[in-house]
Parts: sequence; C-alpha cells; structure tokens
Amino acid sequence: MKTESTKMPAPLSGRGITRRGFIKGVGTGAAAAAVSGALSTAGPAESALLDSNAMHRVVLKVNGRTHALLVEPRWTLLFVLREKMGMTGTKPGCERGECGACTVLIDGLPRYACMTLAVEAQGSDITTIEGLMDGEELGPVQKAFLEKDAFQCGYCTPGQIVAAEGLLRSNPKPSLHEIQQGMSGNLCRCGAYVHIFEAVEDAAKARGGK
Amino acid sequence: MEKGPVQYYETHGDPVPETPLPGDQPGPWLETSVIGKPVPRVDGYERVSGTAVYPSDVILPNMLYGAILRCPHPHARVKAVDDSTARGMPGVHGVISGFTEGTNPDWVYSSFAGVEFATKLFDPHCRFEGEPVAAVAAESPHQAWDAVRAIRVSYEILPHLVDERKALEAHAPRVHDQGNRVGEPARYERGDVSYGFAEADLVLEMTFNTACELHTPMELHGCVASWDGDRLTLWESTQGVFSVQAGVAKALGLPLSKVRVIGSYMGGGFGSKLRANKVNVMAALLARAAAHPVKLFLTREETFLATGNRPPSHMKLKAGVKKDGALTALDFSCVGTGGAYPADGTALVDWLIRDLYACPNVRTEMTDVFIHAGPARPMRAPGHPQGAWALEQMMDALADALPMDPVELRLKNIPLVSQARPGSPPYTSTGLRECLEEGARAFGWKEAREKLCGAKQQGPVRRGVGMAAGLWFVGGGGPPSTIIIKLFTDGSVNLNMGASDIGTGTKTVMAMVVSEELGIRPDLVQIENADTGTAQYATPSGGSKSVPTEAPAVRAAAIEVKRQLLEMAAAELGLEPSQLVLKGGVISSRSDPAASLRISEVKELGKRGVIVGVGYRGPNPEGKVVNPFAAQFCEVEVNTRTGETRILRFLGAHDSGRVMNRLTYDSQVIGGITMGIGLAMTEERVLDHGQTGKMVNKNWHDYKIPTSLDVPAEMVSIPVDPGDVEANTTGAKGLGEPVTIPTAAAVANAVCHATGLRVTESPMSPVRLCALLAAERKEG
Repeated sequence: MKTESTKMPAPLSGRGITRRGFIKGVGTGAAAAAVSGALSTAGPAESALLDSNAMHRVVLKVNGRTHALLVEPRWTLLFVLREKMGMTGTKPGCERGECGACTVLIDGLPRYACMTLAVEAQGSDITTIEGLMDGEELGPVQKAFLEKDAFQCGYCTPGQIVAAEGLLRSNPKPSLHEIQQGMSGNLCRCGAYVHIFEAVEDAAKARGGK
Repeated sequence: MEKGPVQYYETHGDPVPETPLPGDQPGPWLETSVIGKPVPRVDGYERVSGTAVYPSDVILPNMLYGAILRCPHPHARVKAVDDSTARGMPGVHGVISGFTEGTNPDWVYSSFAGVEFATKLFDPHCRFEGEPVAAVAAESPHQAWDAVRAIRVSYEILPHLVDERKALEAHAPRVHDQGNRVGEPARYERGDVSYGFAEADLVLEMTFNTACELHTPMELHGCVASWDGDRLTLWESTQGVFSVQAGVAKALGLPLSKVRVIGSYMGGGFGSKLRANKVNVMAALLARAAAHPVKLFLTREETFLATGNRPPSHMKLKAGVKKDGALTALDFSCVGTGGAYPADGTALVDWLIRDLYACPNVRTEMTDVFIHAGPARPMRAPGHPQGAWALEQMMDALADALPMDPVELRLKNIPLVSQARPGSPPYTSTGLRECLEEGARAFGWKEAREKLCGAKQQGPVRRGVGMAAGLWFVGGGGPPSTIIIKLFTDGSVNLNMGASDIGTGTKTVMAMVVSEELGIRPDLVQIENADTGTAQYATPSGGSKSVPTEAPAVRAAAIEVKRQLLEMAAAELGLEPSQLVLKGGVISSRSDPAASLRISEVKELGKRGVIVGVGYRGPNPEGKVVNPFAAQFCEVEVNTRTGETRILRFLGAHDSGRVMNRLTYDSQVIGGITMGIGLAMTEERVLDHGQTGKMVNKNWHDYKIPTSLDVPAEMVSIPVDPGDVEANTTGAKGLGEPVTIPTAAAVANAVCHATGLRVTESPMSPVRLCALLAAERKEG
C-alpha cells in the first residue's frame, strides 16, 4: 500500500519554463502517458527521485494560501485542484494540453494545469479563477466577460479569463492582434471569440493599463 | 413618491402589458421595456466566477471514478474478457462487462426518423472503434485506468468498412446482416424535372462533398451516478434532463419516479447531448456494483469516437435557370452515413434544395448507408449546412454563368410558401428578402463585389466577397411546456422550468419575459431548471426551439400570476379587477390613481405567502409554418501561393422573429458563424481507409476547430424582425441553428470570387487549395 515518502522533489518552476520547453522536457512522460490515459510514469529528469507507488507530501501555494497534501507523483495539478481541493472553477477539457480550459497562472504566467504535475507546482504561486475574485466581487476581467457576454455555455470561460489575466499582466495594453495571439491557446466551441476580444480590450481599459 | 425598499425590485416604473381576460390569449407585445434590450445573463456571475457547478464539478462523499475499456478495432467480436487481475488491483471497487452478472442490459440505437436497432450495453459484436467492452470503478481515475489496462480481452477481428462511398459495392464487408443500406433511399419529387430542365436557358451540374464533423463540446460527456437504495440520481451534462431520465429508466427497468436527472449547468452539446448515453447506464451499474457514487466522464479521445458527428455528405446537384434568373428545376442526390447504427445519416440534407427557393420542379434522393464508425447525432442544424454547401455554391455558379449578381438571383426566387410541405402552407413570417437586402446594404455588398472583381487584383494575394442564404426547417417550437412562477410577498419571483440553458441564454430570456410582464428586475427572478426531481417537464433544448417554446409558457404563467394579484388587490380596494393596472410594482385604479397598492401591501398575498401561476405553451398556428431565415456575407483573402485563407469580416442578417435579448442574440450569431468557419476551413474526421479503419485524428490537435486566430474580429449581426404576430405570443423564432447554416457556403463563394476556384469539397485546407490552384495553373 501507499506510504508517505520523505523524499521531496525539487521544485521545477522558477526556471523560466515555456509551454514548448515544458513539453520537450519534463512533460514528455506525462504528455505521452495522458494520450494513453496513463500517468504512471514520472518525467525522465525526476523519475529517479520519486517512487511512483508512494504518496508524496507537497505544499502548494494556491491563491495566496498554502496547502499541504499527499499526492501520487502522476497526479496533475488539475486533478489535485479539482478533486482533492474542491476548486472546480478550473475545468478539464482534454487533459492533453490542447484546449486551455484548465488554464491557471503559475508565477503569473498562463499554464495548462492538465500538463503540470502537482509535484512540479511546489514552490510556485498558483492562481486559479477563484483567486481572481475580490471576496464575492468579480475581478475586472470577470466583469468584462460578463458585460460583453464573452461566453455561451461558460465551461471554457474560467480558463479564458485566467489566460486573459495572464496576458494583461505581461502586456497591459495589448493590440487586437496581440489579444488574438494571447488567447489562441484557449478553445471555445460556442465560438465566443469576437466577444472575448472585446472583453479583453475592456478589461485592459478597466485595469488602467496596469 | 415615497421611497421604500420595495422599489429596489422594480424596473424603473415602466408600464407592463395589460392582463388579458381569463381564457384569452395575450396579444403581441406592442411596446417592450425589457425584451429586446441587451441584458447580461442572470447566471453570468456563476459562469465567470467559477462557482457554477457543472456535472463534471460534482464531488460526492465516498465517490469513485470510472473508466471505460473500449474496442480498439472498427469491427470485432469479443470472445472473452478476463478481469481477474483488474479486480485485485489497488483501489478497484467494481468491474462490469458483458461477461459479468446482471450488467448487460439491452440498448437500443434509434434514429430520429424512428429506425431502431437492438443491441446490448456491452455488445460482443463491436461495430465501431470505441464500442464499450468493460468499465471499472476505483478510488482514483488513475487506478481505474490502471485496471482498464489490466483487463485482457480476446477479440476476433473482422473485416471492416469505413468508406461510405464503397458501402454499396458488391464485396464490401457487411455492417449488418441486412446489408449496408439503412433503408430504402428517401425520395421526394414535385413537378417534372425533365420538363424544368427543358425549359431552362442554362443548366449546370456539379458534385459537392462535405467532411464528417465532430461536435466536441468543451464539457466532456458523462455523469455522476448515485444510488439511495433503489433511487438513482444522475448529474448529467445534457441538453435534456427528461430525455435522459426516460432513456436510463428504460434501460434499467426503473420507474421514472426512481430516476432523477440534474443538469442545471452544462458545458455545450450542439446536439450530441440530447438523449441518454451508454455512459449513464454504465455509471449507474458501476455505482450499484460498488455501492458508492461514481463519477464517469469520457476522455476527450472517447468523445471523438462515440458521442456523435455530423455525417459526411456526397452530393450531386443539377440546376436549371431562365435568363431572368427564375429557377426551373433542381435535381439532387446524396449519399451519407450515420455510422454503424441507424442515425439519420442523410436526414434533412435535401431540405434547402426542396424549400429555400421558389422552384416548381424538384427531385431529391438520399441514400443512407452503414459503415463501421461511431453513430451520428444531430449536429447544429442537422443536414442544413451540407445542403447549403451544395445549393448556395450552385446559386453562385448560376449567377456567374448568367451573369447576374448573386444576391439578385436569390431575390428573384423568394418563396412565399413552404413548397416542400403537403399543400404548400404559408409561413407566419418570412424575412428572407429583408435578410438579403438589409444584409447586402449593411455589408456594402455591391461596392465590395465591384471593387474586388478578379481583373482588378494583382499579385498572389487575392481578396473576394461571398454570400449565402438559408432557412431552418423548424424553429417555431411548440407544446408541451409547463412553467410555474411563484410571486413572493415582496414582489420578487421564482421561475420553475424544465428546460436546459445550453449556453444560449435561455434562463436570461425567461427572466426578461417575467420582467416584462410583472415589472420585476430580471436579476430578481430566481430560476430553478433542468432537474427532473423539481422542475416541470420539458423536451430537450435542441432544434432552436427553447425560446419559442418556453417564452410563451413563461408569459402565460406571469399573466396568471398578475391575474390573481389583481383579483386580490381588487377585493382589498373595493374595485373590479378589470379597473386595475399593474405598473412599476404598484397596482392602481385606471380612473382614480389615488386608489393604489404596492405588491408588498396586498394583504391576501402577505397572508398566503405566495401566488403560484402556471403557464402552458399553447398550440402553434394551424396550417402555417414557422421558420427562421438567414443571409450571411463575408470577405476573404487567399494567398494563391500557399493556399492559406484568411477570413477578414463576416456579417449575419437573421430573421429569427423578435429579438428577445440583443446581447445573447449577437453571441449566438457570432458563435454560429464561428462554427460554420470550422466546417468551411478545418474540420474533418479522418478514418484510416486503407489500413486499420481507425480514426487517426481523435484529438483537438489533429482535428482542428476554430481558434481565436481563425475568426475575423469584425462580425456584424443585423437582426431582421418581421413582426411575426402568429408564430407564438412572443413573436420569437429559433436562432441557434440558422446562424450556422449559410456560413461555410458563404466562405466558399468568397474564395471563388477571390480566386476563380470553385472548391466543392470541405474543408478548404491550404493543402486542398494548393492542389486545386496547381491543377488550374497546369490546365490554364
């Protein structure tokens, strides 16, 4: 049966990972395994450190609070956020890094939570859709999405909003083309893109270019 | 006016319509104060904050996770299933298959046309890649998948057929004993086409093909199943909770009252979530076997295989036209496939040919065949975008050859009646002419057409404009629908409705109808919906019928509430109800404004605590047809060296009757156009015809749907409201499907205008365009 491992994996963030670099490097195992539905292989670089049959203690910093959890090395951040922490605003859409419904901010940058193992996310600041709220009040990007009707079924919407938030944090005054580029990692099958562009423009204004 | 807290609930003192006498139908709204305005969604907060609980988000105590083992072959027979290893694996609580006791009920595949085929839940004869073979419940999804991989299945692999164009060849493998025809070809004929062609000044004949499309809604198909003794509750991502309830109750042999289906939020369906799925029954059986609730959602790959598609179409169209543009004959045939079971493989593909334009002589024939692939399901305007791909490109080709402006040619052939229906009944309203004229004007059609005519362009990058029209063969809605409205003592309201809001804004429109009738702010209307345990019966949200079906019932319920309220107030004021009006939350006498009561001051209401009003959807007008109409216009830029096409702008002019909510109306228009761009440019299910017969692009990387980089930022919505007073008491017609019908054909016509190339096969990928351009250069 599973036992808690005392070995702690090294934090993997804070080394300027890009989505492409991530897939090339650590994520290859997870990506390939996700295709077949398996997540039993850890990434090549860290496989020596983690016992795949053991639970590992991780400390995740989500929306400013720290959470200590026991996780299997193959559990994704998406799975842990939703099914273990009950933060269901972050949605699964493909679990293979194609749709962006699970987008969260890791150290301020939009990342697919389905392509990030929970053990990798240690030591990083994780922001989810819930973290963009001010108490019960909507944040500026959320307000803009509501007012512009930048969604229909709303399922991809938390991911779109988090991606927009990440875009505006790195580029407070994006051009239309930059918005289209910045939002292109998030699919919307209802086809709300045109209203999403308008909402991101409005949100940029509401944030006052900050 | 004194200021009380009650004012907070009112809509700025706007008047509300007068209450009809008991038994009278309300007349059309003459003026509206809420309806038609752009109103943000009443459930928008939940959707943008992440607090909306979709079925995928449900987490129950002691919940297990399910996973399904599916047949990897397009055609095989399951000889044995060995689950002995899987059962002993960590966390595994249950394994079911066709070889476990009591877990293989009958399953009937049926088309909407009524053709049925009885199989089993785990049918040993697997007729498509992705048929379920076994299912597991475990403490984590990872453990469930580990166990699925540990199940040993021995298959007898059988010869497969995955190319519908070869289905009727003599030696084609048979999908069913009866052969590969689903039934006799569907035939339709009016007039005499050979006479029509003889009369024509110009006859063109062309073939058209559209690729198979997949729905791929963002929320995966699946549910959470939980038993309390013999009572089953399902949280299901669905367009119709009552339809799922019926299907699951039938499969499990349970009374309807023992099956509760909840689906208040759902993440898109587009027709693929209209009925019960095998996954519902598997989740219920696993939950029973394990005595735990089970969450069972498909993986994205599974949804590509087993949750429906828009069938591929292979079409031939011959058209005859007079010099003046009057159509004389249309002769159409189509071969399509709904996959391995009866699933309407060609349904409605011919409808536009039969009914969009006035034409005395029309013949159609459609052949639906079986192949070893996943069964089709209705996909956003089933049949219509495919038919538009053929008809609307043909109209463009006729206009070119005559020559005549494409808009003019269509205006020449506007029908006044539905010719395809027996007795040619009239429409309650037809805005086709207005869609064409107002759309062309707003788009700047004539100027753009002239400016971009081929001869004036130099260099490899060419621009062009194109347009197409359409209608949706239903979209009027109809009974049954029951709505209950409760008016509380402070004037706020609860609305109870069975229908789902599949993202189209149904709930918001209904709150606006209540607001219009009772003068209550839309956001103070609490809505409970899409729950078979608590809400009223409703048919699934599909067919663009939710607003024209539910809104009149909501209006009727609100009027009933108002009638009771005025009766109470009349007794308290010593007046007759007919002497009273409700305005801005105040009930007052017509003749003596001093005699008045606020809703919160009506004593009888205070005593009872609530007024309950029940509303029903009345019948549709007899002998008339309610259809929405559409015309769309676009501009494209084609790089003739690389085959890349950029869509620069789009305009949709739509007659869907009264605009209920301008904000969500426009969202549907841009959404429909976006999905149509997918059909035109990128979407294509690829089956490995030559070798394995398996689907080779069952993911969003290889099956491309439009992204933010594939749509123009300029999309204009021009509503055309013909003032329909007959369709129903709100004057609204369906919108969700007509908005995607003309899109792909409009893009193809624009590409033709830009390049001179008529692309008759979808999608118009750069590879396809390059090949066609190269072939043209060779010939030229």
